[in-house]
Amino acid sequence: MITASPSRSDSPAETSALAIRCRNVTKHYGSGDAKVIALRGIDLDVRQGELMMLVGPSGCGKTTLISVIAGILDRDEGECSVFDQDFSAMSQRARTLWRGQKIGFVFQAFNLIPTLNAAENVAVPLMILGESRAAAVRKAQDRLAQVGLESRWRSYPNQLSGGQQQRVAIARAMIHEPKLIVCDEPTSALDHETGHVIMRLLKTVALQPDRALVIVTHDARIFGFADRIAKMDDGRVVKIVDDPNHLHAEE
Amino acid sequence: MIFVALKMLIGDRLKYLGLLAGVAFATLLIVQQSSILVGLAHQTGSFIRDTAQGDLWVMDEQVRFSQDSLNLRDTVLQQVRGVAGVRWAVPVYQGFLKARLGDGTRATCILVGIDDATLTGGPPSMVEGSLADLRQDRAVLIDHDAAPQKLRLRNAGGHLRYNDRFDINDHEVRVAGTYRASKSFFWEPVIYTTYSRALSIAPAERKMLTYVLVKTQPGADLAAVARDIHAATGLTARTNEEFAAVTRDYILTETGILVNFGLAVGLGFVIGVLICGQMLYNFTLDSLRYYGSLKAMGATGLTLIIMVLAQVFAVGVLGYGIGIGFGSLLGKLVGNAGLAFMMPWWIPVIAAIAILVICAVAAVLSLTQVLRLEPAIVFRA
Repeated sequence: MITASPSRSDSPAETSALAIRCRNVTKHYGSGDAKVIALRGIDLDVRQGELMMLVGPSGCGKTTLISVIAGILDRDEGECSVFDQDFSAMSQRARTLWRGQKIGFVFQAFNLIPTLNAAENVAVPLMILGESRAAAVRKAQDRLAQVGLESRWRSYPNQLSGGQQQRVAIARAMIHEPKLIVCDEPTSALDHETGHVIMRLLKTVALQPDRALVIVTHDARIFGFADRIAKMDDGRVVKIVDDPNHLHAEE
Repeated sequence: MIFVALKMLIGDRLKYLGLLAGVAFATLLIVQQSSILVGLAHQTGSFIRDTAQGDLWVMDEQVRFSQDSLNLRDTVLQQVRGVAGVRWAVPVYQGFLKARLGDGTRATCILVGIDDATLTGGPPSMVEGSLADLRQDRAVLIDHDAAPQKLRLRNAGGHLRYNDRFDINDHEVRVAGTYRASKSFFWEPVIYTTYSRALSIAPAERKMLTYVLVKTQPGADLAAVARDIHAATGLTARTNEEFAAVTRDYILTETGILVNFGLAVGLGFVIGVLICGQMLYNFTLDSLRYYGSLKAMGATGLTLIIMVLAQVFAVGVLGYGIGIGFGSLLGKLVGNAGLAFMMPWWIPVIAAIAILVICAVAAVLSLTQVLRLEPAIVFRA
């Protein structure tokens, strides 16, 4: 078992508090002959202010791990806490509410609601938290300005390019100032240049000293944006890379 | 989040209009078919209501509807006049007779003979001539509005008119006037004449009196008078409403129109359930990814239930309104064309309940999908 704790003594984040702490997390799907073990005892720490990437081949458990971390999938065994909050100790409703307040999501396919304009899409997390539509949309316009889309707030998703849609999705993930933002393949649907723009945005705008970013990706071109990279294979973290550029070169 | 739900619904115009059309069509079908059935049922009592100058109809107890002539002894009239509480009583003859129009066209008509002295029991209003013209030689009255269809001269063209002569049971009669009556469920044209002339035209039978029309004394208890008439004559006395209801019930149960229209109403309901349920279910399925995102982003089960219910409610209310609107418009057009259509207050209420059930089924189908949804679906490509 590999512990993904900081290994470099000169790491600037070494003394930071933990945002995510996973110990011996296991998860399987199905039963009998159809049983698939997705996570085989994951140990992983993510520090506050850190951008952690989960990389590895398809089916290695990245998406399952990010789902467990985000509290949208129950683990079988082990411990996992996010900002000291253990989801297994919470009711379904409390977990959902906590997720709504503390976690932001960026999806591979953006998942913007096609019948809402950009500002309304960004405002959704605030409306879920009970904020009025008018106030939520006002704040959404400010967030869109942060990602460079202040003039496109009335545009519908089908009127935006892939990169612009992902920027809207990032604004949506940030609007309620969550402690943790989880991103699933945020650049896989984008070209190289747009992918870098998105990553720069995530790193500069979404990441704060008291927050954390976990990104699942296959895209070796963006490894350089990570503070650390957890390399996964067959349901395990097989390597923690403290020098992402080194891994980029390897890949 | 109701705003988000409604924008999700309305934003997809094609599906939204499809859903609206489904609910509106179901409403229209339920309302329109029910209203036609009620209109037809109402028309079965047109003759009774048009001849409602009296309070009671005295008849054989075996009479099942207003055109079901089971004649009575002539002496019954005097017996009824002798019952306490009866102010006046007049005879009415009614029988199906063959008519031959001027150009040779044959038609079956209902000949109604009303009291010679008072002309009580006549049609409600006259168009040409007057009721008193019935006292002229060979005089009969025909229905002004029904004549073009029911007394059409198939050979010569046109239809029977004021002052025309024709034969009823080989007796020549003359149209001394035309009247306007309520639309009737029964096809045969009603031709009025005096009681004595009706008896001379109709084939002779031992009993020729069909009904005795009775007016009671002011303040008299109708039920008590009816009981006394029964005691005195052995016959049944029915109020106008009772007679109309007996006629309506007979027509509805014996002719099968209740089953036919009931099937159409049921079909509207089933179509509504299938169309709306299926479309809303598909709409929800298509939106599952977004519901999953909302769930992941913190939307509770209750929030999602409210969202789906808001969508169903919006479609239901608007579709119902459109359906009722079209139904009323259709009723107006159908009514102007003289066809049966009557929409009492309870038909929209029943339609509303049916639409509520349709929407509830659609909502349950949709919610089953949404509530079972694993938010982790959002991370699956």
